[in-house]
Amino acid sequence: MPWMSPLARIRDALAGQRARDKDLRNLVSNLPYEGLDKWKQPNRHFRNNGIKTTKYSVLFFIPMNLFEQFHRLANLYFVGLAILNFVPVVQAFEPEVALIPICVILALTAIKDAWEDFRRYKSDKKLNRLPCFVYSSKEKCFVEKRWKDVRVGDFVKVESNDIVPADLLLLYTSDPNGVCHIETANLDGETNLKQRRAVPGVCITVSNTDILLIIHAVIRTGCLGFSHPDLVLKQHLGCTVRNTGYAVGFVVYAGHETKAMLNNNGPRYKRSRLERRLNIDVIFCILLLFTMCIIGSLGHVPLYLVPQTDGHLDTPSLSSFYKFFSMIILLQVLIPISLYVSIELVKIGQIYFITNDLDLYDEETDATIQCKALNITEDLGQIQYIFSDKTGTLTENKMVFRRCSIMGREYPHKENGMFLCGPKRALKMYIYKIKILMFTKSLPPNQQETEVILDQKLLRQIRGTEKIDAYQDFFLALAICNTVVVSMATAKRLRVSTAEFQQTNQSNPLDTLSSLVRRAGSWTRLRAPITSETSANDLTTQGQSVNQTGGQTCSLHVPPQGTAPAVPAGKLCYEAESPDEAALVHTAKAYGFVLMSRTPDSVTVQLPSGAQLRFEVLDTLSFDSNRKRMSVLVRHPISKQCILYTKGADYAIMELLETPYGEKQQKAIASDTQQHLDCYAKEGLRTLCIAKKVLCDGEYESWAVQRQHALAAMDNREQLIMDSAVQIETNLCLLGATGVEDRLQDSVPDTVMTLREAGIQVWVLTGDKPETAVNIGYACRLLEQDDLLYLDHFLLLSQVTCTSILDCGLEEVRRYSEDPRNVDTTPDISLVIDGRTLTMLMSPDLRDRFVDLARHCRSVLCCRVTPLQKSEVVKLIREKLKVMTLAVGDGANDVNMIQAADIGVGISGQEGMQAVMASDFAISRFKHLKKLLLVHGHWCYSRLANMIIYFFYKNAANVNLLFWYQFFCGFTANAMIDHWLMIFFNLLFTSVPPIMFGIMDKDVSAEMLLGLPELYRTGQGKGEYSFFTFWISMLDAFYQSLVAFFIPYFTYRGSDIDIYAFGTPLNTISLFTILLHLSIEIKAWTIVHVFIILGSVTLYFIVTLAYGVRYLNYSGYWTLQAQMVDPMFYLVCLISTVIALLPRYLFHVLKNSITCSPIVEARHLDTLEPSTRDQWIKEWRSFRGRVQDKTSDVSVPPSPSLESLDDDSIMDDEFALNVITANHHKKANS
Amino acid sequence: MQKKENQEVENRPDNTAFTQQRLPAWQPILSAGIVIPLFVLVGLAFIGIGVALFVTSRNLHVLEVWKNNLLWLNMALYVFFSPQGPVFFYYGLTNYFQNQRAYGVSKDYNQLSGDLDYFTFFFSIVPDSTCKPYRYDVNNKPIVPCGSLANSMFNDTFNLYQMKNGVKEEVPLDGKGISWWTDYNIKYRNPSVNPLRNAFNGTVKPLYWSKPAYELDPTDTANNGFINQDFLVWMRRSALPNFRKLYRRITDGLPAGNYSLEISYNYPVIAFDGKKKVAFSNVSWMGGKNEFLGIAYLVIGSLCLVMSVVMLIIYAKFKFPEED
Repeated sequence: MPWMSPLARIRDALAGQRARDKDLRNLVSNLPYEGLDKWKQPNRHFRNNGIKTTKYSVLFFIPMNLFEQFHRLANLYFVGLAILNFVPVVQAFEPEVALIPICVILALTAIKDAWEDFRRYKSDKKLNRLPCFVYSSKEKCFVEKRWKDVRVGDFVKVESNDIVPADLLLLYTSDPNGVCHIETANLDGETNLKQRRAVPGVCITVSNTDILLIIHAVIRTGCLGFSHPDLVLKQHLGCTVRNTGYAVGFVVYAGHETKAMLNNNGPRYKRSRLERRLNIDVIFCILLLFTMCIIGSLGHVPLYLVPQTDGHLDTPSLSSFYKFFSMIILLQVLIPISLYVSIELVKIGQIYFITNDLDLYDEETDATIQCKALNITEDLGQIQYIFSDKTGTLTENKMVFRRCSIMGREYPHKENGMFLCGPKRALKMYIYKIKILMFTKSLPPNQQETEVILDQKLLRQIRGTEKIDAYQDFFLALAICNTVVVSMATAKRLRVSTAEFQQTNQSNPLDTLSSLVRRAGSWTRLRAPITSETSANDLTTQGQSVNQTGGQTCSLHVPPQGTAPAVPAGKLCYEAESPDEAALVHTAKAYGFVLMSRTPDSVTVQLPSGAQLRFEVLDTLSFDSNRKRMSVLVRHPISKQCILYTKGADYAIMELLETPYGEKQQKAIASDTQQHLDCYAKEGLRTLCIAKKVLCDGEYESWAVQRQHALAAMDNREQLIMDSAVQIETNLCLLGATGVEDRLQDSVPDTVMTLREAGIQVWVLTGDKPETAVNIGYACRLLEQDDLLYLDHFLLLSQVTCTSILDCGLEEVRRYSEDPRNVDTTPDISLVIDGRTLTMLMSPDLRDRFVDLARHCRSVLCCRVTPLQKSEVVKLIREKLKVMTLAVGDGANDVNMIQAADIGVGISGQEGMQAVMASDFAISRFKHLKKLLLVHGHWCYSRLANMIIYFFYKNAANVNLLFWYQFFCGFTANAMIDHWLMIFFNLLFTSVPPIMFGIMDKDVSAEMLLGLPELYRTGQGKGEYSFFTFWISMLDAFYQSLVAFFIPYFTYRGSDIDIYAFGTPLNTISLFTILLHLSIEIKAWTIVHVFIILGSVTLYFIVTLAYGVRYLNYSGYWTLQAQMVDPMFYLVCLISTVIALLPRYLFHVLKNSITCSPIVEARHLDTLEPSTRDQWIKEWRSFRGRVQDKTSDVSVPPSPSLESLDDDSIMDDEFALNVITANHHKKANS
Repeated sequence: MQKKENQEVENRPDNTAFTQQRLPAWQPILSAGIVIPLFVLVGLAFIGIGVALFVTSRNLHVLEVWKNNLLWLNMALYVFFSPQGPVFFYYGLTNYFQNQRAYGVSKDYNQLSGDLDYFTFFFSIVPDSTCKPYRYDVNNKPIVPCGSLANSMFNDTFNLYQMKNGVKEEVPLDGKGISWWTDYNIKYRNPSVNPLRNAFNGTVKPLYWSKPAYELDPTDTANNGFINQDFLVWMRRSALPNFRKLYRRITDGLPAGNYSLEISYNYPVIAFDGKKKVAFSNVSWMGGKNEFLGIAYLVIGSLCLVMSVVMLIIYAKFKFPEED
């Protein structure tokens, strides 16, 4: 690098800083500067594309890691003590010995960190070495480079199925429409393709080889302003280019400045409730330690014969002051620093077992549970409230078309419903069949899950000539009004391109029209062969000119006979952003309206006749949650009309229907459709309304101008775009409505029931309509027959009304609980709230009442709530009631809720990965929640709680021996055990058993926990780890240490025993007491337990004996050896251990004999034979169930009776309704 | 297709008893019914041990004489027991904290294991600094053996006479093997210099000592230096502040009768408010006389038996309803 003045360097660096910070980036191509040294590069200020996610570098690992570790207060405490020990006046140990614990802990943590960092380093390296093609002006072609050598300002070529290396500005694609499809599965799990368009104006038509032209075009254009969405985003091993030959882009952000890296926030860190409580107890320990040290320092008097090193005696007060610190050093173990390390190890073990559970593995998706948050496993055992999403969480989110209503007429598709709601086994078979299908492709593809069995009435209706327009429109709307991308089933990733058709087909529009009209009435089969009925003379080859003009040409063309039509309808594969859309498109296809291809400018639909219509897409008004609808504006190829097809939530559409002055028919259609919709909702179907509107050209053009303005606006763009959409979506003409079923997931009702029996309140928060939600509520046993439903929806209540309703409810609850007959039961009240009412209830005046009422309800159902409301509800309950909450959901709309709850569970389902990304645990099915909470949650909690209590006890029991000894050594902070052995005691001899205990203990078997959900209640609220249990075990520790000290004391008192010979039995007694204490606590002994406990004892003797050999140890030389030949040693150890453990042993015996806590009874049951046990479980459940669950074995489903529904209108649907609910109950009982 | 199938079960967890937490387990439930035999068993065993200990201890005899009078240098004793086997002769001190930390560490291991390099002054490194302030004398000469522990060695001497018909007859006291075998043979070593006194050239004796280390026992040359038995006994620090240390062994036993104990009083105890004593005791497999442990075993054993009765009652009252 040439010499530069430092000033110039600084100036340059500052300029670079400014360039990086600016929102607007001015980038220059690197090409003219290629080969120049770095100093002259225009983009030198921007980071290159190499990524580094490692925290440390090899050289500075030790200092950096230490720095990191010393952020933990516990480590600082330890180091402080070690340093203190180097001060001679307060010294309690040999200084080196005091360093051991902190060194071991730091080293363990450092090894863990280094290993994690090394893994990151390896993945970075792999990523940085990936090849990609960068244009080189010297070579005049794209040359292969590694990812890390890509720089801002480079031109990068990405081929199909390649991963995008950086944030690119898309300049050119091989697609004639300038579109590039990307898949972001690795980023958010969404497998549907997303379109990105090349920068308009730059993408001029060029031959493939002359890419330089584009590049020059860009360079000339100069400053192009683009916001992020226009960029093809790179993800960390992220987006993949699909369906596009290749794409060329200009690197705008590279390496760590890419959006993917900026979004990468690293692992989640949460602190569990148990750990928070633990910290309080650590403070108690600190207080205890200080008390003990103060006693020690007050008791200390400088003793004769031991003057200070310079020969004089310290004043008593100064000496006491010094001794205070010596005592802290000596008794430091009382504060269980190693506990934190042990807890981490235990949690790793617990997570290992959770992730390896076969019951939490889903065969279909080949997914196990993922534990994202590593340190809140025990919170799973304390959940009191579950907030669940409905769609995709309780239900499959695999939408199946069930019923539709067209022009006010209902087509119930009865067979369809029967088949799909068939018993579980049929379903399994069915899925199995599909699996085979996917590989063999020999069976007709319409047997997929998306299959629709046609309604004969509707089929006849379509076949008939009358009203053909409306029916055709309805299905055209289904086929067109969506964002589904079409690709081939065989080569799934190759999108069907209209160009293929255009190049081979040409048709005379009029001819086609006539043939269309001719055939419309004559087709019978839904999958009519495309080619058979078309005559060859209809076809000519459409030339390049058509292709050039692209969007302007509207063509109706039919594939040629014999020339291997590119796409038989059956092989099409639809990739939709939401499953509803896919279901509707498949329905349209089943009725013969096949969506053949979709480009940004056009949609091609094949009609039942086999003719294909190519609609020009004028605009797409995409879905948003405010409008709750989407529209597509197309120009009809034949009539040239501008048609707006709109699809959306019923209330969003109904409001917008054109007010039919005098047009009775329209009015009747609307009201009929509304009735059908209500009926669908009651049945638990998701409803959508389909409407259309024909625009005249003038109307369209004026609107288009406005739309352009909105799109070009710089400020407030979103709002303007929405406004423009709202403006055109008026005076719609209702075509019909659809009912799509979202099937309940496997064993959801059973899971909900079990969770409720476990004392968990289940709330469902959904964006669906109240009727749908209530129905699903019944189906999944959330609501029961004799529930009192507070229907707050539909009414725009005033605050006063709300207050009075709440007061009424509270009064009722109070009356109920005061009734002596209902002592142990909760009132059968369920709340159903809709979003608007909820907003009111969440207001500061009402929220207390609301929470109070909700607390007394068996279940709460919130409908039509926004994502924000979901999280607000969770927060409100969590803060007001101080309970443990769990939120479970699968979609992006649940992310807020998942993050607000104590535990967020994501369901990796159909709706992408956002929920999973935000969650602490990701499961694949709702039913897994049952085992996760009831078994793993219970185990993790009880294991960890007992382990922590034991750890406190262990340290206190051991350290107190030293404390008692202080009374006999003049409080000089001396130990009667060699310091090395003392350190080993905690590090080696007694550290593994509690960790094993925390990982592997099993108080009750999994079968019992699942069979008796009531057992889960033991963990809720305070649970096993409470103030009481902590102090009991601390008292026990004091008692045991007293025994372990004073029995040997009285035995050896007055004899000629020396310090270490006295300390050896103490240490041995302590070891036996501590390990046997654990043995009493262990609920289930496996071979591992035996091995570890015996191993610890053996290790103690081996290490202590080996240590007693001269060259290792001077002061304790041969001590244990000498003791072990003395029978008194064994006698003392025996009686001390027995006396020390007697109270705890008795306590357990009495607890197990006298009290009848559920856990104890369950453990008794556990020892029985499996068959006897099952019998018992049944009896117990029926006994308890009598009180709690009056309707648990009602097999006839409750018929939902909503006052707002008109029963007369749904007589026709009674049959179907019963079928569904009955089947849900079958599932529940199976 | 084969490949696809493999992929499908790629994430499937292993179905082993360990990973599925189904290892065969023994789930003991401590309830009244089960522990009754255990309590009975333990109770009986403990009572047995207790009786054995108690009887053994009863057969042991201790004679303790407190020396609270400074001038009582010649003491008349009446021994009323004639125990079997050798009798151990102890001296005892009270309120003497040999177990203090600063006191305990005040010694130089290297010196005591006979390393001559640690005898001489070497730039304040040798002898060990823990020996302060008993490291150098006023002339900066190193003290060997240095440190508080050695410096404060007990130096009273005792002679025991049996009064037989008014005639004093000295009782032979055996001073061999009163320290730990490992201390005498392995842990402590004299420098291999002959004669021993040459090794101590350039050093001074501890301040409180009347004789240098190499002249501790004029009668036996092998009992001098760091392997002097009395020195070894002293260097093994006692665990508790009231202790006794073995002084001599009377191998032939101590027949009942009148004795006279002559004490050369050198060791001051007034300064720390301590007391001295001498004790004669015979020993058994359980060491010296100690009734505590025997009683403890008896008490706990009986307690266990009582417990088993209580458990029986509880068992009868609260037994698990499954047996109904």
